[in-house]
Amino acid sequence: MENLLDGWGITLATFSPLVGAAIMMLIPREREDQHKLIALITSLWVAFVGVLLLIQFDLAHTDRLQFGVDKVWIDVISSRFSVGIDGMSLPLILLTMLIVPLCIIYSWNHFPDPVNPKAFLILILILETGMIGTFVAQDLVLFFVFFEVVLLPMFFMIAVWGGEDRRYASLKFFLYTLFGSALMLVSFLALFFLTGAETFSIAGLSQAVAAGGVSRTAQLWIFGGMFLGFGIKVPMFPFHTWLPDAHTQAPTVGSVILAAVLLKLGTYGFIRIAIPVLPDAAVTWAPWIGLLAVVGIIYGALGCLAQTDVKRLIAFSSVAHMGFVMLGIATLTDFGINAAIMGMVAHGLITGMLFFLAGSMKERYHTLEINRLGGLLVQAPRMGWIFGFCVMASLGLPGLAGFWGEFPAILSAYNPANGVPIETFRTYMVVAALGTVLAAGYLLWLLQRTAFGNPPEEFADDPAITDTTKHEWIAWAPILALIVAIGIYPNLVFRVSDGAVDASLSKCLTVDAQQLTDEEVEALGCSDAYLLVGAAGHDNHGDGHADEEDEHAAAGN
Amino acid sequence: MTDAFFLLAFQRPAIDWHGIAPELVLLAAGALITLVDIIFLEKARPYTAALAGLGLLATAVPLLTLAVDGTDRVMFDGAYVIDEFSLVVKAVFLLAGYVVVLLSTNYVAEGDYWENEYYGLLLASVMGMVMMASARDLVSLFVALELLSIPAYLMVAWRKRDLHSTEAGLKYYLMGVFASAVMLYGMSLLYGVSGSTLLSDIGTSLSAAGTSNAVVTMGIVFIVAGFAFKVSAVPFHTWAPDVYEGAPTPVTAFLAVASKAAGFVALLALVFVGFYARSEVWEPLMWILAATSMTIGNLVALRQTNLVRLMAYSGIAQTGFMIAPLAVAGHGLSNGDQALSAVVTYLVIYTAMNLGAFAVIIALSRKTGSAEVSSFGGAFSYAPGLTVAMTIFLFSLAGIPPLGGWFAKFEVFRVLATAGEPWGYVLAAVGAVNSVIALYYYASLARRMWADNVPDGDHSPVPVTPSLATALTLCGTVTLAFGVAPQLVARFTDVSLFALGG
Repeated sequence: MENLLDGWGITLATFSPLVGAAIMMLIPREREDQHKLIALITSLWVAFVGVLLLIQFDLAHTDRLQFGVDKVWIDVISSRFSVGIDGMSLPLILLTMLIVPLCIIYSWNHFPDPVNPKAFLILILILETGMIGTFVAQDLVLFFVFFEVVLLPMFFMIAVWGGEDRRYASLKFFLYTLFGSALMLVSFLALFFLTGAETFSIAGLSQAVAAGGVSRTAQLWIFGGMFLGFGIKVPMFPFHTWLPDAHTQAPTVGSVILAAVLLKLGTYGFIRIAIPVLPDAAVTWAPWIGLLAVVGIIYGALGCLAQTDVKRLIAFSSVAHMGFVMLGIATLTDFGINAAIMGMVAHGLITGMLFFLAGSMKERYHTLEINRLGGLLVQAPRMGWIFGFCVMASLGLPGLAGFWGEFPAILSAYNPANGVPIETFRTYMVVAALGTVLAAGYLLWLLQRTAFGNPPEEFADDPAITDTTKHEWIAWAPILALIVAIGIYPNLVFRVSDGAVDASLSKCLTVDAQQLTDEEVEALGCSDAYLLVGAAGHDNHGDGHADEEDEHAAAGN
Repeated sequence: MTDAFFLLAFQRPAIDWHGIAPELVLLAAGALITLVDIIFLEKARPYTAALAGLGLLATAVPLLTLAVDGTDRVMFDGAYVIDEFSLVVKAVFLLAGYVVVLLSTNYVAEGDYWENEYYGLLLASVMGMVMMASARDLVSLFVALELLSIPAYLMVAWRKRDLHSTEAGLKYYLMGVFASAVMLYGMSLLYGVSGSTLLSDIGTSLSAAGTSNAVVTMGIVFIVAGFAFKVSAVPFHTWAPDVYEGAPTPVTAFLAVASKAAGFVALLALVFVGFYARSEVWEPLMWILAATSMTIGNLVALRQTNLVRLMAYSGIAQTGFMIAPLAVAGHGLSNGDQALSAVVTYLVIYTAMNLGAFAVIIALSRKTGSAEVSSFGGAFSYAPGLTVAMTIFLFSLAGIPPLGGWFAKFEVFRVLATAGEPWGYVLAAVGAVNSVIALYYYASLARRMWADNVPDGDHSPVPVTPSLATALTLCGTVTLAFGVAPQLVARFTDVSLFALGG
């Protein structure tokens, strides 16, 4: 069993959904029950393989790539089928494997118009392959291919099963993302040619860059390209405009997958590729990433306050929450990036759940206009309480998962990595903390307007408004349980991700220069960008500066 | 006396019968169809399509034995060469011809057009293409080109009761003849300079110092312009949309894919064997052709409402991508080889995905009876299989992984980036912007087919004939397989033209 998983586990998990989809293609469309069953079994099987992988996963060495496979794929361009799982990817892979079967269960009896479960479920399965593939790929070309595989099913899901404005929204989503991935591909190619490493493997490229193969200017440009590519997917502040449209128009399940997993592909790209491969450039870009992140936090929150539609409001809250994740990443510290991974998982669970709820509300009320809603707690008390619970989790109530995404991210900004300007990040920290207040504001206001009070007249005696159904319970219970479990014991995620994050960061970023002599600092061979000064050299600087450095060191301990 | 007598007497050049066996089989198949037509008249009608298909498949047999044999064969003092490159592109031409026969089978029969003549001409045209792959001499290139073009002029006007078709035929004929004349003039100039029609001799004399620059430049420009007509590169593209729209759709597929590919093959032989030393002349030329074809093709395609015209303009844009590697091919032999492989790779994949797209168009217009983009709305609701196939082909054309087109585009970008010169980067940037523009109309079309309402509300299913199904399966499999495992195609397209030429 162990050997089988070692060689085949990841491949099995990645491509099983495609096999399921292929079988479904052969079955006529009228046999809807068979389609639902095959899709569910496939996704549960994938989840089962995921659980086996988790059991076999060596938690003592989360920094190592486990279950690795490295086979020749496209020899002419030195690209290999190279996959593996480490502590950074494991939580996100498991999140994907959890969300997909729940989505299938949720849509069991309420497929959006035009119903056609066959096509809908095939698209979901193809999506699953793309998502898992992106998280396991260790080769940039492979990563790119999987990254793109995700694009098409989502495009069709929005375009066919979406709301009124689906045409505009789907095309906007598609073109934005494609523009980003075109830039990303150019960056990958530039890395390949400038390093001359003759490999697309992430580890190989990062070594080649560290060995000094690429000029500093080129590194900055390449990082810029990746920044745009991943940043659009996240989405970061000025590139976010596709998100509210896509979320609002997508069918419920589409929104859930989009929020829970697709947005993470961007942030994952940052921590898996951009920062480990180009740490020097990351230091230079970090203040700008941080700036856009906090602008996103505030802008997203203010945007939420102005929304009149529940789904659109949740979409804008995604912009704000992903801002916290990006702030954690921008600190370039072990702590910050761990917080970011936690933020991704928490946001995936909570916002996914909120979109589920929005979808269920839309089904009952046939509208998501906040002004027309109200009294959810009266008419559907259980659903109202679940909604309240998720809102609390989303605003970062301690004891629930959302807290562990936001709070450490803010905290990490107090003390960013070497070379990243401390004053700037402390300012960001204050602004981000204000953002959490705004978040509490818009989320509680949303809850108040939709759940509290008496039901409005038009819905008062509507028999369609029922409480949570069986399918909804099955789909939601695991997510709710996880929100609580992670909230109480965040180590579930942290202990998995920590080793891998630590290993992915270059020594120059994390080393505490105060503990070393000048010679030792020099031996590290870090570039000027990190502003490393050993204990001996430290005395030559002014006192005011020294205080700050001390503080920095103290907090680092 | 006796010496002079022997000099005057005709001596049959040595012929490698194995080497030209594919051409001979093709010739025999064409002759057989004509004979069957003469003898059995109308009774033969139902069988000619099958005969033509079998003839093309039979031609693949000697091709395979040649490939297994693996030796390079040179005939007629170097005017006719059978090497790896020619074998690969011949195989592509045969398969493309076979798919076109499959596409034509029901179309020609149901339209009540002349059938036997149609397939005879189609085989003749394929034969011209197959010869083109081996021609390494100005005269044999020209003969192959005319053999390919003249039947195509006739086939374009096949729907003779339709004014559009007749107009298309006439337009194509006039433009084609004009292009041939320009090209022939260019060839005469190069012959005047080098004193030989052999491409390898021309190559040697062009690389030697002291040749008159202006004449050589004019010669190269004229010849390239002539072939630019054939491959419909901007600004020599104006015939393509009208001809594509007017011609019977299977013929359009043939022109858009096979005859374009043949033009490219000739262009490659000319550039790499004949003109290689004069890269300062043809590189900028290719750069301009590539950049303008991509940009203008895509921008005009955005405005099209007729699907066949849209495919015509998208084909022009794709041509630009295929020319692009040639714009940086002159920097040393390894660079040239890479550019050559990139173009051949693109040709192979383009053939599969574009023929596939046309197969879907033919299948769907059997129901819609129109090629207007709007008439294909909501096709997903009554023809899900065809819509999924079309989606695959469209996004492959757009270059989205994991469909074949991505690798073709990737190779082009790789060559442009490896050349390491500013103009290469600029062209790569132009190509990147164009990929996004192209995606807009491909994605809009796909979205229309998936999400729109059916215009006439008729949800009856579309009958897919067995031959169309075969064509779709072939093209779909190739498109998917080359996308997931590009190694498959890369192994075959790793060819060189320098070994026997330069």
